[in-house]
Amino acid sequence: MPTTNLRKLRTNLNRRKLINSGFAFLGATIIAIAIIILLGLTLKMAFQGAERITPEFFTSFPSRRASRAGILSAWVGTCLVMLVTAMAAIPLGVASGIYLEEYAKKNWLADLIEINVTNLAGVPSIIYGLLALGLFVYELRLGQSILSAGLTLALLILPVVIVTTRESIRAIPNSLREASYALGASKWQTIWDHILPYSFGSILTGVIIGLSRAIGETAPIITIGALTFIAFLPKSPFKSEFPFLSFEWLQAPFTVMPIQMFNWVSRPQAAFEINAAAAGTVLIGMTLGINAIAIFLRYQLRKDIKW
Amino acid sequence: MAQTTLKSRSRQIYKPKLARQVKEKVIEFILFLAAFSSVATTVAILYILIKESFLFFQEVPIVDFLTGTKWTPLFVNPQYGILPLLSGTLMSAGVALAVAIPMGTIAAIYLSEFATKRVREIAKPALELLAAIPTVVYGYFALLYVTPFLQNFFPKLPGFNILAAGLVMGLMIIPFISSISEDAMSAVPVGLREGSYAMGATKLQTALKVVFSAAISGISSSYILGTSRAVGETMIVAIAAGLRPNLTWNPFDQAATITAFIVQVSLGDLPHGTIAYQTIFAAGLTLVLMTLLLNIIGHFLAKTYREIY
Repeated sequence: MPTTNLRKLRTNLNRRKLINSGFAFLGATIIAIAIIILLGLTLKMAFQGAERITPEFFTSFPSRRASRAGILSAWVGTCLVMLVTAMAAIPLGVASGIYLEEYAKKNWLADLIEINVTNLAGVPSIIYGLLALGLFVYELRLGQSILSAGLTLALLILPVVIVTTRESIRAIPNSLREASYALGASKWQTIWDHILPYSFGSILTGVIIGLSRAIGETAPIITIGALTFIAFLPKSPFKSEFPFLSFEWLQAPFTVMPIQMFNWVSRPQAAFEINAAAAGTVLIGMTLGINAIAIFLRYQLRKDIKW
Repeated sequence: MAQTTLKSRSRQIYKPKLARQVKEKVIEFILFLAAFSSVATTVAILYILIKESFLFFQEVPIVDFLTGTKWTPLFVNPQYGILPLLSGTLMSAGVALAVAIPMGTIAAIYLSEFATKRVREIAKPALELLAAIPTVVYGYFALLYVTPFLQNFFPKLPGFNILAAGLVMGLMIIPFISSISEDAMSAVPVGLREGSYAMGATKLQTALKVVFSAAISGISSSYILGTSRAVGETMIVAIAAGLRPNLTWNPFDQAATITAFIVQVSLGDLPHGTIAYQTIFAAGLTLVLMTLLLNIIGHFLAKTYREIY
């Protein structure tokens, strides 16, 4: 009797162990499958577009002929829009993060702002496009310009910047603040001279990740009305006479990388598929390059900081 | 007498200068304005959407909008029934979630309970990459690689279809579900696991019956987040699912989503103030209300099932 019980127990145990390792295998396989599908599709696109990725591709304007069309106006547009986005999102996001972390008292107003930031992060990106169309383009009369697009993407990545700023500030030990106060520094002096320099690196990492998201955003920019066929560049931000900076480019019509790619994808001619593949490869390269910078920065900073 | 003057003098010396106090207050106020700008953004979104939708609903009865089965706002004889767009949105999101929820959950259980530290350190960032790829690139994949591949098995599949768009969207959503679910499961105290092991349960039994149930609040909010991503996703469906509104529950068909319709109208030249211009705001308001509803459900679920240790 006891031996049969023991045998039953053994078979039961073995069965459960088998199911257990079966599941571990399943889990690893699923992750591997997801990553392999992504890699496979990306490589397929890269190979398809490879023949078009030449220096001329980066220095030509879009054209009716697929083999002569390039992404000059698109990548210049992307860089300029990102410049506006960074200029708007960094001060606004970092200031909000500082306020919420260092100043805000625990009251309904702080709760409201906090819940609101979380909710904004969940709003579909195309809704930001509608906001921009109604507010920036028509109410504020900024037009279908680089400025409108940059501000829209800034609003879109604001929650990311705010959340990373708060996390970086929170990671700084209180003893640093107390030491500064003990020497008679005011709150703002403490923040400006101590908190911000120490958290600078991790805030920057968060901002870069936010920007890498903004680079690939297509929907809100389509809603604003970015043009898909732009055969000229915006005026240069630099000029030869005083004050050497010009802001005319802010009002220029523009196109960006994802819009250019979308335009080529939706053309019926198969030749443009190759252009789209090439643009997609460049776009993925830009996104991954930016992410790599962020990862490298994070690694470098982690190495240096020892509290 | 001497003592009091000393005291008052010392108070004078150590009293912070007025200029400095004013400067501190001004800075605090500026920072507050920055933080409040996020609330202003929300108000602006609602204001713009409601204002334009209000004009729209003066032309189109709200009952027709909600129950109509034809969406032809750009035709000569326009009809404004949102149901075809709603079915397209729900179907594509449904296909995406049918991929992302099982795969994301299993990946999360594996990463939190089974994987060694080294595997986790490689697999997590690799999964995050899925969310970093621009969606217009995913749309390209769905239209030009996934649809032809599926046509090998289903020869009647049209060039634009919900299935390919949904599958690719599911791939994109996996990391949203897996990383939040994994965080929730990792936060479950080790004591609960040890109790289960001590009763003779295997890792899998512990993971499914103890850890999963204890983390259900966080896991459900990851599902909600994934759902609102799927509902609001634009470029994949605009490229691969077609732009023709179609009241259908068949994933092998083509259909337009709410987001795809907004893109389609925006691509044309839309004159400000016309009803065609206002339709996209009415469609956008519908979308916002859907995600808002999802957030409220998620909040409610998280509250009901939250376990505190």
